Amino acid sequence: MSNESSQPGPAEQAPAEKKDSQAGLHVTAFAQRFGIVIALVVLCVALSIFNEYFLTTRNILNVLRQTSINGILAIGMTYVILTRGIDLSVGSVVALAGVISAAFATTSSVAGMAGGPYPAGLAFAVGIAVGIGTGTVCGTLVARFNVPAFVATLGMLSAARGLTLIAADGRPVPALTDSYRWIGTGDIAGIPLPVVIFAIVFLASWYVLSSTRFGRRVYAAGGNPHAAKVSGINVRRIRLTVYIISGALAGLAGMILAARTGSALPQAGIAYELDAIAAVVIGGTSLAGGVGHVAGTLIGALLIGVVNNGLDLMGVESYYQQVIKGVLIVAAVLLDQSRNRRA
Amino acid sequence: MDAPLLEVVGLQKSFGGVAALKDGRFRLERGTVHALCGGNGAGKSTFLTIIMGIQTRDAGTIRCKGEDVVFATPREALAHGISIIEQELSPVPAMTVAENIFLGREPVRALGRVDFRRMNEQAQALLNRLGFQIAATDRMGELSVAKLQLVEIAKALSYDAEIIIMDEPTSALGESEADQLFEAVHKLKAEGKGVIYVSHRLSEILEIADHYTVFRDGAFVEAGEIADVSKTDLIRMIVGRPLSEEFFKENRPTDEVTLSIDGIDASHGVHDVSFDAHRGEILGFYGLMGSGRTEIFERLFGLSECRAGTITLQGRQVQFNDPAEAIDSGLALVTEDRKESGLVLLASVRNNLCMASLPSVSSPAGMHPAAERDAAHRMIEMFGIKTSTDRLEVSGLSGGNQQKVVLGKWFLTNPDILILDEPTRGVDVGAKREIYRIMSDFASQGGTVLMSSSETDEIIGMVDRVVVMKDGTVSGVLSREEIDAETLVHLAA
Repeated sequence: MSNESSQPGPAEQAPAEKKDSQAGLHVTAFAQRFGIVIALVVLCVALSIFNEYFLTTRNILNVLRQTSINGILAIGMTYVILTRGIDLSVGSVVALAGVISAAFATTSSVAGMAGGPYPAGLAFAVGIAVGIGTGTVCGTLVARFNVPAFVATLGMLSAARGLTLIAADGRPVPALTDSYRWIGTGDIAGIPLPVVIFAIVFLASWYVLSSTRFGRRVYAAGGNPHAAKVSGINVRRIRLTVYIISGALAGLAGMILAARTGSALPQAGIAYELDAIAAVVIGGTSLAGGVGHVAGTLIGALLIGVVNNGLDLMGVESYYQQVIKGVLIVAAVLLDQSRNRRA
Repeated sequence: MDAPLLEVVGLQKSFGGVAALKDGRFRLERGTVHALCGGNGAGKSTFLTIIMGIQTRDAGTIRCKGEDVVFATPREALAHGISIIEQELSPVPAMTVAENIFLGREPVRALGRVDFRRMNEQAQALLNRLGFQIAATDRMGELSVAKLQLVEIAKALSYDAEIIIMDEPTSALGESEADQLFEAVHKLKAEGKGVIYVSHRLSEILEIADHYTVFRDGAFVEAGEIADVSKTDLIRMIVGRPLSEEFFKENRPTDEVTLSIDGIDASHGVHDVSFDAHRGEILGFYGLMGSGRTEIFERLFGLSECRAGTITLQGRQVQFNDPAEAIDSGLALVTEDRKESGLVLLASVRNNLCMASLPSVSSPAGMHPAAERDAAHRMIEMFGIKTSTDRLEVSGLSGGNQQKVVLGKWFLTNPDILILDEPTRGVDVGAKREIYRIMSDFASQGGTVLMSSSETDEIIGMVDRVVVMKDGTVSGVLSREEIDAETLVHLAA
């Protein structure tokens, strides 16, 4: 798109100069708009040049599988952040839902429920229900009692972690049934099941947020809650619902994690909320609410996944990975702000 | 004769190739109030931001007290005695008046301790000199908007400002509060300061200004003495063509009662309010800020909790617990502050237009993009909303067009009763008339309009009857023949 800037003839020097600067403008605007996509593509190209293993099917699926849990959490987080909220509890809910649903699907008589193991379907339902439960509590605190989202979900972060440790007595819930483990280790046509689930969650959320009444109401309630309320939108119900969605998806992610690991760890998911928020923010969703898209979140999550994977492949210490992730988050937001200033 | 306080010639500024200001001219003398007039997009804001050093000019000269100046920052403008009181005040609410006045330059004692006593004394002396009834130790958060503005004026003078720019200072004030402000402006004049006064309210300009300068489409149009012009002249200069009349009113009220309110209470002490509204009628609500007009509308619309009293709509008794119910019953509410509660500024024109009628442009399974687009286009055409596409962010529109988007949003819901809370606030003269036309047409087609206004002219020009509010109760209902400015103000105060 920047071809115009190539070598103007001497006769058309002056107008060409103007054209030049306009093309320059377009390039900047383009870079700002699709900066994250460009960054992801450039990174992938660079990695495939420097490391022959990167572009193998095996590694690609590996990256996607590693991304899927954070990706699912980040999609839930996107709903919440679009309404000007934040959900700090998802990391703890991952552990709580994992441990409680695992108790229904373990062959261990010590950690399991009496009469277990139960069918995996029941265990999954329990895990999702746990997420819906914590989400309902957070959502009610925020929507009904006007507790700041940061505080309500920080409380849940602590409480859910405590409940997990109590429920599991501080020990992992081991020996999960094969049918339960399937959602973490199985595959459909060679694609790992966590990736399939992530894709379904992503596509469904894309549709819900961009093409349904509920989606419109989420954007309106986040963009201007007053105006939304006056327009007949039940802002409280929208707020409650987004925390329930986030909680349910955290429950889902928790079960995938437990299934993949083979046992549910009470200390699973620590600090996962931060990676989820990072993916949303890198993806261009505004913490001020009302602006953003799950597509951005997908790219943000993938970028984090690829960076981690690439640094692994190149043998960079994991400590550095955290530094680079930090730089990435701030750079993405800076890029976003320079775009908003121009508008 | 002294050099003028401020003299601006040939000021120019473009943004991305679009000229926002082509020829800005202005001349401010000591001890005068000079009104800067123009519609939205006339270049007033650009002009002021350059004077204040917020933006840089492309060409032109600015002379301050005879000296050529270039300001790179507002601080430099302030150092030359130029101070602005912005439309949207930004006080630190938890601090006292004195702390706000001396923010960032507090008098200090040894070891950098703030000398609160000296600060309070100096602030109080200043307030007293200006005759403002404000204590230096009051918290800003507890003051009315009018008093906040007076504090801003005091703050400007504490910087020894000689040129004071007031940008729409009365947009958030009722008429009696505006009088306090006008008194302050007279004091500034008496002290030999120069005031640049920006306002859409022409009657106010005629009352308070000595000179006028009109900008249109980014260029200087005319300047002169206020004493030599009439309101009609000013409108002609601002709009660029004669507006046959300021108002537009063709509706004829009928006797059929559509909405009957009996003894309702509402928040903030609004008590025992009763009135009837008729098909085809524009019913006005006049009163000071805080007299309870907005509260009545909120109560009607289900935005505040139900209290005593009955509401009868088309013969059926109703009670709305939330706005969705009110909308379903054919009510529409255009709120007072479109940025605060009318629009989602970062959303598109289309999404804003469809926001109150989502079910009619969707099914439970999903939105119908074609229906949304058609609905949006219908409203854009009906109201002549100036926008390049309906996908544009609504924040990119001018104030008048934004207000039309709010109106369009409500017309899409097919209301029977249109409630308008200060519908022309911050809207320029041309767009105002279009809004009046929309109201009049709506009433002519059998609708009922409830409209609140703080401007007596607007009440006199537009309504069939007016409910005058005072301290949360109805102090009088006047028919069109009985309405005059004096009676209105008398009943409201």
